[in-house]
Amino acid sequence: MTSANDLRPRPGEKLVFDVNPVLNERVTHYCPGCHHGIAHRLVSEVLHELGVAHKTILVASVGCATFTYDYFNVDSVEAPHGRACAVATGVRRARPEAVVFTYQGDGDMAAIGTGESLHAANRGEKITAVFINNTVYGMTGGQMAPTTLVGQKTTTTIHGRNFSNEGGPIRLTEIMAQLQGVAYAARCSLDSVKHVKEAKKAVRRAFDVQLAGLGFGFVELLSGCPTNWHMTPTAANKRIATDMIPVFPLGVFKDVGAAEANAVKEPGNA
Amino acid sequence: MPEYQDVVIAGFGGQGVMLIGNLLAQAGMEQGLHVTFLPVYGAEMRGGTANCTVVLDVLPIGSPLVREPLSSIVLNEPSLTKFQPRLRKGGVQIVNASLIAQDLVETSIRTVYIPANDMAHKIGNAKLVNMVALGAWLGATGTLPLQAVQDALHSVVSSHYAKLIPVNAAALAAGYDFAITRE
Amino acid sequence: MSRKQMPKRILVKGNEALAYGAVDAGLQCYFAYPITPQNEVPEMLSALLPEHGGAFVQAESEVGAVNMLLGAGACGVLAMTSSSSCGISLMQEGISYMAGSHIPGVIVNMSRGGPGLGDIGPSQGDYFQAVKGGGHGDHRNLVLAPSTAQECYDFMFMAFALAFAYRNPVMILGDAIVGQIKEPIRRTAPEGASTPEHLRSLVQDLRIEGYGARGENAPPRLLKSVYLAEGALAQRNRLLQQKYAAMRKDARYAGEELDDAELVVVAFGSIGRITSSAIRGLRKEGRKIGLFRPITLYPFPGEALRIHARGRRILVIEQNIGQMVEDVRLAVGGCDVAWHGIMPGLFIGANELVEPILQALKG
Repeated sequence: MTSANDLRPRPGEKLVFDVNPVLNERVTHYCPGCHHGIAHRLVSEVLHELGVAHKTILVASVGCATFTYDYFNVDSVEAPHGRACAVATGVRRARPEAVVFTYQGDGDMAAIGTGESLHAANRGEKITAVFINNTVYGMTGGQMAPTTLVGQKTTTTIHGRNFSNEGGPIRLTEIMAQLQGVAYAARCSLDSVKHVKEAKKAVRRAFDVQLAGLGFGFVELLSGCPTNWHMTPTAANKRIATDMIPVFPLGVFKDVGAAEANAVKEPGNA
Repeated sequence: MPEYQDVVIAGFGGQGVMLIGNLLAQAGMEQGLHVTFLPVYGAEMRGGTANCTVVLDVLPIGSPLVREPLSSIVLNEPSLTKFQPRLRKGGVQIVNASLIAQDLVETSIRTVYIPANDMAHKIGNAKLVNMVALGAWLGATGTLPLQAVQDALHSVVSSHYAKLIPVNAAALAAGYDFAITRE
Repeated sequence: MSRKQMPKRILVKGNEALAYGAVDAGLQCYFAYPITPQNEVPEMLSALLPEHGGAFVQAESEVGAVNMLLGAGACGVLAMTSSSSCGISLMQEGISYMAGSHIPGVIVNMSRGGPGLGDIGPSQGDYFQAVKGGGHGDHRNLVLAPSTAQECYDFMFMAFALAFAYRNPVMILGDAIVGQIKEPIRRTAPEGASTPEHLRSLVQDLRIEGYGARGENAPPRLLKSVYLAEGALAQRNRLLQQKYAAMRKDARYAGEELDDAELVVVAFGSIGRITSSAIRGLRKEGRKIGLFRPITLYPFPGEALRIHARGRRILVIEQNIGQMVEDVRLAVGGCDVAWHGIMPGLFIGANELVEPILQALKG
């Protein structure tokens, strides 16, 4: 196990990439090749650039991301499984001046917490939700997620997800984009440098709309889970490109702020 | 005037049972008494049966529910069927003669048999049945002064209907006069 | 009837008194999903709370509502939710998390008859759920049982005071009678009531706010209930148990005519006041009967009851199939405890309690 000290430059080494102050130096519990680390990094960079970490409140979820709060240098509260958007609603209403975000996996946000998530979004809660979609339940050991692809083998779909029995993968970003309270909805991927750069912009927009008071900011990040996909990290990255993106198309599905910038104000899009 | 009084007020939903229950409780409170008002709705709402219990006491009130009331105001026949047998010995009931046949009324019970619908109609508004009946109850029981209840109209009638307060007060008075002259 | 000079009173339902009490106690956030028989609470607060600068959210479900309460409570503001039996069952997950995370909040249960959808009549069938914690794990809520509209008003102040003193969920347990009864209240804060500023200050070292509120380089804060390290959960539970033990000093009850009573009747909430009427009637006939009405159902005022019960007969009356009677038996040890149950959903008057009380008096 690497310790934080091992990451410091030794004599003769030159530091070319450093932690940012919003993310602490604790070594994460995530598996090798997992994309949670990249997602954390993106969120922390955005909070740092916006200069809002001191007034940010993280609402943590349940799943692999349960311990998100161990890595972010912000005030945090734990939510029961699926309830992060409801907890974030309470936080937002109690602290109108704070920056509030949830960080949730596909089980948390698109299965057990669908109701809380959609209704917080529909109310236009001024919060940001970061949604990690890796098509599988990681923490509990590789069971089917609501986003599992048809045909994908998991520990509860051992012959592959069968549409006639389990239905198909939920496309949450498209659903979110339909809701009036959502100011920004985008789907990005963490499988390549190019996609990661795009993801950073999307995370930034998802916070921008909150800070501008425009409504609910939502960003879905397609992520790899080499452990439960039984793949190497590079194979996992490849699977995102070949299998996931065709089912979960990337793009910005809604950006009320951009629409406003074009001076076209749709009635109802407050 | 008694130290303690209770009344069950019953009728069809829409006959204004809850309104006069509220009015009586409000008037009692304004007179410095302890009061409780407890509504009981039937399975149906408008058009169904509804009743409420009002208790007035010089002492703090324990039970707001009274199984065997000292008095009752019954505005329709099902209410008479339900509450007449429960009335406590020596109690008094106000019975709406416009809607309830006289042969159903137990002769051993002290009863003010009042044509409330007909009287309300004569006063000019069919909806005043409840006020006529409450007025009769005030006359028969002497629980509160008529004026106290008329004054309380200002607290329970919304400002939107304030112009109807005089005719409500008149209906109360008509029922009151009927009871004190007939008994 | 004789006239008495009294301060100005207003005629309101128990549910309306709760809403006034909450606002006057300093309520800042309210979250709820409608359910009969407590709808006057959300209806009134939807208008009142924004007028007082607070936040009102009609949640998508009771699950949503209780977790909004968790979030607002974690921020250290005065927050509450209200519901009735079925909805309270849905809230248990969140209540357990709040207890485990030391998060204050007030939950009102204007209970219905059960089990299942039951009816909207009076019932005390949620006693066990309320006083035993209700959710998973070893947790407890402080539980207050009002019996009048005035107590509905006053107990809101007590509920927030206890929630913030102990950083714990507090439940107000009423029923259809307590919620729907209309009677006069005085809308003035009870004597000794704390200000909302004081209550908030009690949790200032344990609330999330953004670390910047505590200084530029202040360490971040975390409120949570998960403790995976070896021994950590044991330590957490020890801490919670110490807290529950400390709550015992806040046990409260109301006594009537206990001094010379040969029979002590124990009853709470609406049944408590109906029993009081029955006892008053029997006292006029010279029967020596007293009423012990628990105000806190948790902590149960067992020590006080033990003192009053010494050498007397005891009768428990409750509107369920036998719940509080277990706490009474635990409290009084060897004494004989008689029990009279009223089936949930029935509306009963005081005269229906006379016979069982006389029976218990005879022994």
